[in-house]
Amino acid sequence: MRKRIVITGVGTISPIGLTVSESWKNALAGQSGVRRMTLVNPEEFSSQIAGEVKNFDPLDYFDHKLAKRTDRYTQFAMIASREAFADSGLEGNISPERLGVIVGSGIGGINTLEREHKVALERGVKRINPFFCPMMISNIAAGRVGIDIGAKGLNFATVTACASSGHAIAIGTDMISLGRAEAILAGGSEAPLTLTGVGGFCALKALSTRNDDPETASRPFDRDRDGFVIAEGGAVVVLEELEHAINRGAHIYAEIVGSGMTCDAFHITAPSEGAEGSARAMKLAMEDAGIEPEQVDYINAHGTSTVLNDKNETIAIKTALGEKNARRITVSSTKSVTGHMLGAAGAIEVIFTSFALRDGIVPPTATLMNPDEGCDLDYVPHSSRKAELTFALSNSLGFGGHNVTIALKKYTGK
Amino acid sequence: MSLENRVAEIIIDKLGVKPEQVTAEAQFDTDLGADSIDQYELIMGFEDAFGLRIDEDEATKLTTVGKVVDYLKEKGLD
Repeated sequence: MRKRIVITGVGTISPIGLTVSESWKNALAGQSGVRRMTLVNPEEFSSQIAGEVKNFDPLDYFDHKLAKRTDRYTQFAMIASREAFADSGLEGNISPERLGVIVGSGIGGINTLEREHKVALERGVKRINPFFCPMMISNIAAGRVGIDIGAKGLNFATVTACASSGHAIAIGTDMISLGRAEAILAGGSEAPLTLTGVGGFCALKALSTRNDDPETASRPFDRDRDGFVIAEGGAVVVLEELEHAINRGAHIYAEIVGSGMTCDAFHITAPSEGAEGSARAMKLAMEDAGIEPEQVDYINAHGTSTVLNDKNETIAIKTALGEKNARRITVSSTKSVTGHMLGAAGAIEVIFTSFALRDGIVPPTATLMNPDEGCDLDYVPHSSRKAELTFALSNSLGFGGHNVTIALKKYTGK
Repeated sequence: MSLENRVAEIIIDKLGVKPEQVTAEAQFDTDLGADSIDQYELIMGFEDAFGLRIDEDEATKLTTVGKVVDYLKEKGLD
């Protein structure tokens, strides 16, 4: 029989909180973390708003030397991992060789890349900082987490744009199932708020230009949505084999019961018609979990607030679950308050989904005012809602046509 | 500021060490915990601060704080 995998630790640093408990509280309250951009001068951007991590000083977490030698994206991964690992209580209760790390990022160290590129142009290539490469590469967050936690098992990064941390959790679950590790820190991080990071997404016309109303700019499923809101942060879960968790008396948040991974094989940024790739990912996740669409209670949608995503994801949910089930369940997008944390999005949403199952409460699509034509599911607008939940899905979709769905089950001690 | 103090300031900044650790005899690797990349970065820091270029052969000989100070004095800095 396949090994069962549970979440025993959670950590995040996000636009709506420096910790998991603060972020969850704000997600439930529908408190947006989107404001006018401060990390980079927004004047020339069409989109001048962002979900920035607020009140963040690296020196609160790292000594001077480490703070200088880690990109912001790596710092977020390390902070989320520290919180998740401490929360799990695994320290001293697992052999380091059996503890793995899979931490992804959509982009990697773009702050570092921009800074040193400027040095190279202005002062010559000989003045490039010797730490440039090991600060910039998109696997260094995983490597740094390994050093920081002392995790000596399998260690790598997943890079699938906005699906990066969804893949990290899906693959992490499989790795433990196969016996390749006993526990894995799985998640992702992103720090894209730079001149080219923001400028690039603006050039794609992917971002909301609702600059005069930042807090409702990320408006998933709304008829007036006009793009996603770029955001930053990190999110990591501790995945652990169930018996291992029970034997040491760990607190269990939820069980990961399946995953589905597909590709649209259609277009680099646009979803395929009706998001058939995303629909297949949801179907595969349900099959993998051994459940029927009738058993799904809640979907934490990818729900980016772009015109194309929200319309097509709604169709995909109907395709995967059938029209009747799609209308029965609750669907919400917590990106309404976090903005789009890109490589960290999948993991923070799995955390929120596990809390929803545990506490029997669905976080809202806080900013939804007027559902768009075709967006006709129960998106839990404005306020959170109490609901008895047993099974939930969490969707993540990334540029490149990557689709990941994670299936979770409320943990009841059985 | 004296040459010694300027050198010490760069070392403290790059290596995150305490001022009292930065003695003339302190070895960058064993006493101040600098790995090879740290030492490249230090050399670049001295080059930027003092407006000179230190070639690689010379750089490998600069293993202590005192040797750096002596080297810079030889180059006419004070």
